[in-house]
Amino acid sequence: MPVNPGYCDCDTVLYPTFPLKKTMRAFLERQQYLIDYTLAALLRRKTRNLGLLLIYTLLVFLFSSVLLLSQGVRREAAVLLQDAPEVIVQRLVAGRHDLLPAAWLDALRRIRGVSSARGRLWGYYYDPAVKANYTLMVAPDRELAKDEILIGAALARVRQIGIGDYFGLRAADGQPMPLKVIGVLESASELLSADLMLLPEPSFRALFNFPPDVYTDAVLTVRNPREARTVAEKIALALPDSRPILRTEILRTYDAVFNWREGMVFVCLGALLLAFVILAWDKAAGLSAEEKREIGILKAIGWETGDILRMKLWEGALLSLTAFLAGYALAWQQVFHGGARLFAPVLKGWAVLYPDFQLTPAVDLQQVLVLLAVTVLPYIAATLIPSWRAATADPDAVMRG
Amino acid sequence: MIELSAISKIFNQGQPNECRALRGINLSLERGGITVFKGPSGSGKTTLLTLVGCLARPTAGRITLDGRLLSNLPERFLTEVRRHTFGFVFQQFNLIRGLTVLDNVMLPAYPLGRPHRALVGTARELLDRFGLGTKVASKVEWLSGGEAQRTALARALINDPAAIIADEPTANLDSALSREVLALLGELAGQGRTVLISSHDPLVFEAAPVSRVIELRDGQITGDQRC
Repeated sequence: MPVNPGYCDCDTVLYPTFPLKKTMRAFLERQQYLIDYTLAALLRRKTRNLGLLLIYTLLVFLFSSVLLLSQGVRREAAVLLQDAPEVIVQRLVAGRHDLLPAAWLDALRRIRGVSSARGRLWGYYYDPAVKANYTLMVAPDRELAKDEILIGAALARVRQIGIGDYFGLRAADGQPMPLKVIGVLESASELLSADLMLLPEPSFRALFNFPPDVYTDAVLTVRNPREARTVAEKIALALPDSRPILRTEILRTYDAVFNWREGMVFVCLGALLLAFVILAWDKAAGLSAEEKREIGILKAIGWETGDILRMKLWEGALLSLTAFLAGYALAWQQVFHGGARLFAPVLKGWAVLYPDFQLTPAVDLQQVLVLLAVTVLPYIAATLIPSWRAATADPDAVMRG
Repeated sequence: MIELSAISKIFNQGQPNECRALRGINLSLERGGITVFKGPSGSGKTTLLTLVGCLARPTAGRITLDGRLLSNLPERFLTEVRRHTFGFVFQQFNLIRGLTVLDNVMLPAYPLGRPHRALVGTARELLDRFGLGTKVASKVEWLSGGEAQRTALARALINDPAAIIADEPTANLDSALSREVLALLGELAGQGRTVLISSHDPLVFEAAPVSRVIELRDGQITGDQRC
């Protein structure tokens, strides 16, 4: 009978005799058996594992929601602030912010590296009716008639007003100043414009009783943005009462604000994490008598300690990765498509005005890996350690029932 | 050929609850036939079988299998020997609840990574041979005592071992089922396998296919009778 050098008849099927291929095939078959057994084991303890899976998923969902939301807001703010002025100059009097004389604008324009300088008028207005601060600003690029205003979407929502309605402010002389809403600012910029009210310069000066030769601050453009810091140093030298603020510093401030808020939420979630760790340790680490017996049987019928650990590794990995993926996917849906209602009041809050905007979905691989390491690895370790202890014992106990 | 020389097994050595289960056992077990270890509870039968079957190590002495020293082998190699040489049948059946009869039978072969189709084929053949062809998909907790013991026997044979170790295989069975299991063990011995049984059931050590009866008491051999 001719012999096929590639095959030999073993175990009633034709096996390739190439050792590497055969070993690899046996390895894959073994992993498949272990996964099958693990799935069956998980299903056999349905109630326990389902409960654990639900709590685990909830925990990953909460942590992922905070991370995705705070990072999304930071990213959104950074994108919007890209259009912010490169340098802002304020005037300080005894360390306190004060109005900036219009004459400073010429002095600023003369500084080498500055290409333009423009005075800005803005301020905060407290509205006792809704107990919220508005940001009032003179529209830089919009020509508005004397009694016309544009308002942010959150402000329109909270005061329940729209285009054509009148909005009454109380001026510095105590007289009411009625202003007509002629537009609501687009929601794409709501992160920064939620509480914004744009009004014409004469109305602004009349409202706050500002003389015509002062501004709140000045914004500069510089010829070479990389030299913004050098320009700022020159300004500080030329105008000793000035305080130049760079765009990067504004970005850093936003970052710090969101980091702080994120930190506060994490402190609160920390208690939950601790509760989960205790629960997971109890459920995963405490092998039941039934599980110990099962490990004994498997060892007695020819499983190695390594096989049992691999099976337990699969068990921990399947449960924790399922929980991780489900929790992360739910958080993604909630944050990017569900309006992030869960943590928005904490992470997006502007007094009582909450910006309503859609975050752009994005994945930060480093963030995913950290979350994976914090949630999945401890659980797998909690599963493996007791199993290793049980699996290294002699299996003879099983002979004694 | 399995050789035991000067085998002792002490549990909880050096502690107040120290127990000497075996004391200086010397024994040669030839290939083939049915050897029964009889004796009262606590005589050391089960301990002796766990040592022969590489489920535990002796405290002192040497065990060799076909001239190969087993008593000092690392755990991994001991498992390898156990997996390929011995099939186990336990007093409490020790089937895994929640799994089907077929899955239980295939379990010892999982670490070998044998192709699934071939493995299922072998398991079904064994179950058919033991009259369990219709129970393949049943959960083991639904089986009667006799069916559970036959499933355990099929599981013991899945890796085609040279020896079967059965610890009190009839302890949980009535006389008819006990005879049935003994007949199956006799069949296996007839195929050239070595069958080692521990029992204090006269039905076992007085059965026709038994070729040798070794009596133990207080961890020592007190009788060795060839039939």
